[in-house]
Amino acid sequence: MLRKTYENIDSIGRAILSIKASGVHNKELAEVIYPTGEKAFAQVIALDGEQVTLQLFGGGFGVSTDCKIRFLGKPVQVGFSDDMLGRVYSGNGQPIDGGPELMADQIRIAGPSINPVKRLIPKNMIRTGVPMIDVFNTLVRSQKIPIFAKAGEPYNQLLANIATQTDADVIIIGGVGLKYDEYHYFRQRIEDAGSKNKTVMFVHTHRDSIVEGLMVPDLALAVGEQFALQGKNVFVLLSDMTQWSDYLRQVANAQDQIPANQGYPGDLYSQLASRYEKAADIDGAGSLTILGVTTMDDVTHPVPDNTGYITEGQFYMKDGYLELFGSLSRLKQQVNDKTRSDHRNIMNAMARLLSESEERVKAQKFGSVKDDYSLRLLDYRKTFQQELMDPFRFLELEDALDLCWDILSNHFKREEVGLSSELIDAYWPEKGKYKILKNSTHE
Amino acid sequence: MSKAKGRVISVNESLVGAKNTEGAVINGEVAYIILEDGKRLKSEVIDVKQGGVVYLQVFEDTGWMKIGDLVEFTGLPLAVKLGPGILGSVTDGLQNPLYELAKIEWFLERGLEVSPLDNTQKWHFTPTVQKDDVVTGSSVLGHVPEKLFQHKIFVPFSVQGEYTIESIAQEGGYTIDETIAVIKDGSGNTQELQMAFDWPVKKPMPFHERSVPEKPMPTGIRILDALFPIAFGGTACNPGPFGAGKTVLQHSLARHSQADVVIIAACGERAGEAVEVFKDFPELIDPRTGKSLMDRTFIVGNTSSMPVAAREASVYMATTVGEYYRKQGLNVLILADSTSRWAQALRETSGRKEEIPGPEAFPMYISTLISAFYDRAGIEKLPDESTGSLSIIGTVSPAGGNFDEPVTQATLLSTGAFWGLSRALSDARKYPAIDRIDSTSKYPSLLQKEEVLYLLELLRDGKTIASNILLMGEKGITDESYIRYQKSELLDSVFLQQNSFDEVDGVTNPERLRLMFNMVKEIIDAPVTIQGKEGIRSHFNFMRQAFLDWNYTQLKDEKFEKQKSKLLKLVKQMGYAEENV
Repeated sequence: MLRKTYENIDSIGRAILSIKASGVHNKELAEVIYPTGEKAFAQVIALDGEQVTLQLFGGGFGVSTDCKIRFLGKPVQVGFSDDMLGRVYSGNGQPIDGGPELMADQIRIAGPSINPVKRLIPKNMIRTGVPMIDVFNTLVRSQKIPIFAKAGEPYNQLLANIATQTDADVIIIGGVGLKYDEYHYFRQRIEDAGSKNKTVMFVHTHRDSIVEGLMVPDLALAVGEQFALQGKNVFVLLSDMTQWSDYLRQVANAQDQIPANQGYPGDLYSQLASRYEKAADIDGAGSLTILGVTTMDDVTHPVPDNTGYITEGQFYMKDGYLELFGSLSRLKQQVNDKTRSDHRNIMNAMARLLSESEERVKAQKFGSVKDDYSLRLLDYRKTFQQELMDPFRFLELEDALDLCWDILSNHFKREEVGLSSELIDAYWPEKGKYKILKNSTHE
Repeated sequence: MSKAKGRVISVNESLVGAKNTEGAVINGEVAYIILEDGKRLKSEVIDVKQGGVVYLQVFEDTGWMKIGDLVEFTGLPLAVKLGPGILGSVTDGLQNPLYELAKIEWFLERGLEVSPLDNTQKWHFTPTVQKDDVVTGSSVLGHVPEKLFQHKIFVPFSVQGEYTIESIAQEGGYTIDETIAVIKDGSGNTQELQMAFDWPVKKPMPFHERSVPEKPMPTGIRILDALFPIAFGGTACNPGPFGAGKTVLQHSLARHSQADVVIIAACGERAGEAVEVFKDFPELIDPRTGKSLMDRTFIVGNTSSMPVAAREASVYMATTVGEYYRKQGLNVLILADSTSRWAQALRETSGRKEEIPGPEAFPMYISTLISAFYDRAGIEKLPDESTGSLSIIGTVSPAGGNFDEPVTQATLLSTGAFWGLSRALSDARKYPAIDRIDSTSKYPSLLQKEEVLYLLELLRDGKTIASNILLMGEKGITDESYIRYQKSELLDSVFLQQNSFDEVDGVTNPERLRLMFNMVKEIIDAPVTIQGKEGIRSHFNFMRQAFLDWNYTQLKDEKFEKQKSKLLKLVKQMGYAEENV
C-alpha cells in the first residue's frame, strides 16, 4: 500500500521532530527520508490536532527541513526467530555482526504485562557459586535484580559470570551506553564460555543515538519474553540502566516535560517498572530473569532509588567486594528454607554479628575499642570480608555454609552467636577443625 | 438521557484531549474511546476546558489511537459493583477479575472487560423483610451466606426517601442480577432491586453514625501491639526506604491481623508480591476461623507495569469495598501499598496537563487528596446497634527514604499511627525494622499505658548508653549503665524483634504477648549482681539464648512451660550463669 509522505517539517530537536500530518496513529513507526535517499526510523510519541511529534531513532543531527516523513502504518516491532541465537543487533534491531538479515516473524515490543494470575511464585534457586549471593542473597529464577555499583567496579564481569555459570537456556544481553571495550568483553566472555549459540546481544554503544539506547531493553525483553513463552529459562542482562534513565531524561527534557527529581521525568518509576516487571515465571511456559546494572554514587539518587522500589532486591558492589549491607534478595525466603536446615539462621546470625562489628568500626575511630569481645568482632569482620565477599570466589552453597560455621567458631563462643542450641549442636565445628576455613588465615 | 459524544483531538501518553461534539459532559464521568480496530478503551473525564475541550485519563495503553477517534461518554462516574462474591477474588484496578481475564488472554490486553462479580453463581437468599415493610437506602432486605459471613443484602445506598416493599423474593437461590425485591414510593413508582448495585468509587459512603477508634486491633506483631498499636477503625502509615521491610510487614499484617476482612490494594507495586498473596493464601488456614485465609481477603492489583491512570482507581475501589463491608458490621482492614505510587500517578497526569507543579513536581492538591482518603477509615455504628470498622494502613515509599517529602508529610498529618521503617535497623537484621524511638501511635496498646512508657524509657536509655559506649568504649561506662544497656538490647532482640518467616515466632497473640511482657519485665526488674562487662554480657547472652528458644516453642506445648521455667531460673540466678541452656 502506498503511503503518503509529508514534507513540511516544523521543528527539529536533538531527538525530536514535529510535523503537520493527518491520519497518523499514536506510536506509529515512520521513516525519515533524506534528500540523498537515505532513510532513518522514527516513532510517533504525541499527537495534537495536526501536529505530530516524532522521536528520531538516529537523533536529530543532520536532519534537514527538506527531509520527508513517511508513516509506515505499523507499530515498532522486532524480528524474532530461533536463528537470532548467536547474533548481535543494534538498538534499532539491525544486525551489526556482519551476518545476514533474518527473515523473521515480527513481534511487538513494550507489550502489556502478563496477567499476574499467570505468574508462578518463584521457587527455584539459581546456584551462582558466589557465596555472597548463594548464602546471603539467594538468586531465584524469574527474579529481577540489579547490581548497584560505582562506575568502574567489575559489575559487567560479575554479570557475565553469573550468566555463564548458571543453567540458563537463553541469554539475552541488552547493552545500553556500553563502552566499546565492554561490548567486546561481553562477546569474548560469551564465546569463551561456549555460550555463544544460546546468546542474543542487543548493543548500544556511545557512538549510537540515545533513542536507540532507549530501545535496547524493550527489544531484549520482547525477544526474551518470546523465548520464555516457548518454555525456555531466559536470562536478560541489562547494563547499564542508569544510562538508560539518563537518555529518558534527555528525551523528556526535549519534550518540555516538567521534571520531578533531579531533572528526571515524573514517570521514571513507571518507565523502569514496565521493563523490570517483564521478569516472570510463567505458568505453563518458561521464565525470564533480569539481571541489571545500575551505576550510582549514592543510593538515594533517583535512579537507584526508584529501581530499588521496583526490583526484587539488589547486589551492592563496592571496592570490588559484594557487600552484605545494602544488598538484598527479596525472593531468598522462597528458597533458602529448602537448601539446608541451617541456611536461614546462619545467614541471619552472620549478618547480625557483622552489623555489631560495624558499630565497633565506628567506635574504633574514637579509640574506644579495647575489650576482648569488640576486638574479636573486628577480627571477625576482617575474616568475613576476606573469605566471603569476593564476588569471583567460587564455592558451592554447602561449602559456603560450612565456611560460615568455621568463621563463627573461629571468633566466637557458642552462646555469643544467638543461634538456637539445636542448630549449634548440629553444626558447630570444634575450634581449629574446620572444613573450609584455612587455619593460617587467622590467629 | 442521551449520552454525550466527542472526538479525539490530542494524544499524550495516558492523557487524551477530546472535543465534545454532542450532549453534556460531566466532570468525573467514564468515557470510552473507540479505536479503529473496534477496541474500547476505558477512560475518565478529569477536566473540562473552554471550547468543549475535555481531558480524559485513559486506563489503558493509548498506542494506535488517532485524531478523530470516537469518544462515547457514559454519563456515569467510575463505580464499583457491590454485592456477594467479592471476598476471595482478585481484580485489577477497575474491578476486572484477573482469573476471568486470564481465560481470554495470558497478557493484560487492553480493551478487555469482564463482569466484576460472578453473575452465574446462585446465592441462597433469606429475606428478613415482608411485603408492606417500610425501607430506605441501606435498609437490610435479607442475607446470603458468603464465605465466613452472612452477607446482608441492602437497598442500594443511593436510594433516597421512604419506600414500601411491594414484593420480596422467597428464600432460595438467586444470581446477583435477578430481582429480589420491588419497592414503591409514595406516588406509586416502583423500582426493582437486585442483590448487587453500583457505588461511585470517589464518593465516600456516608457513615450512619460515626464513632472514635479506641479499641486496639491485635496484629500479631509484638512491636506494634505493644508499643505502636493500631485501633479498629484507625489509620497508620509505614514509610520507609526500599529494603527496610515494608512488604514483609504488609504481608504479616494481611495474614495475622484480627480483622474480619482484609483488602489488599497493590497499587503500582511489584506483581510478584500480589501473586504471593493470592497463590499462598488459599492454602493457609486462618487459625481463628479454621477456614482459608483467602476467604476473608480481597485483592485489588494495579501493579507497577499496569496502566498508570488506573492506580488511583484501584485505591479508591479498595476503599469503597471496605466501606461496604463495614456497613455489613464487620471489621475491615485495608492495606494500601503504596500510596506513593498513586501520588506519582497523579503527578504524571498533572504534568501532562501542564498544571503548575508543587514541591517535587507533585500537584498542589496532593495533601488534600491524601487526607480525604484516610478520612474514609473509621468506626461506624449501624442502625441495628452493631458496629463496623474500617482501618487503613498505607505504605509510603519516599524518594531516597527521606521522610521530608510531600507525600510522607501529608500522610503523617492524616494518620493516627506512624511506623517509621529504618534502613539502619534492617541492615542490622533487626526486623521488623520499625524505628523504636521515632515511631508513634495515638491508639491504646494491648499493654497498660504505664507498661508502654516503662518499655519506651528503657529503649531510650539504651540508645543513650549505646552512643556513650561508642564514644568512650565499654570501659568508659559503669557496670550499672552497662546492665541497663544490656537490658534494653535484650528487650529489643527477644521481644521487639520477630521472625515473621517462622510459623510460631511470626505471630504472637494477645495472651502470649502478655506472658512475654511479664517475662521481659521480670528480667528488667531483676537486680544483677555480676561485676565486670564480660560477665554481664555473658549472663545476658545466656538469657537471650533461652528466651529465643522459648519464642520458638508453641504456646501450651509442654516444651513451652519447660523452657519458661528454665528461663525464670536463669533470671533468678542473678549471677553468672555457667549452665549451658
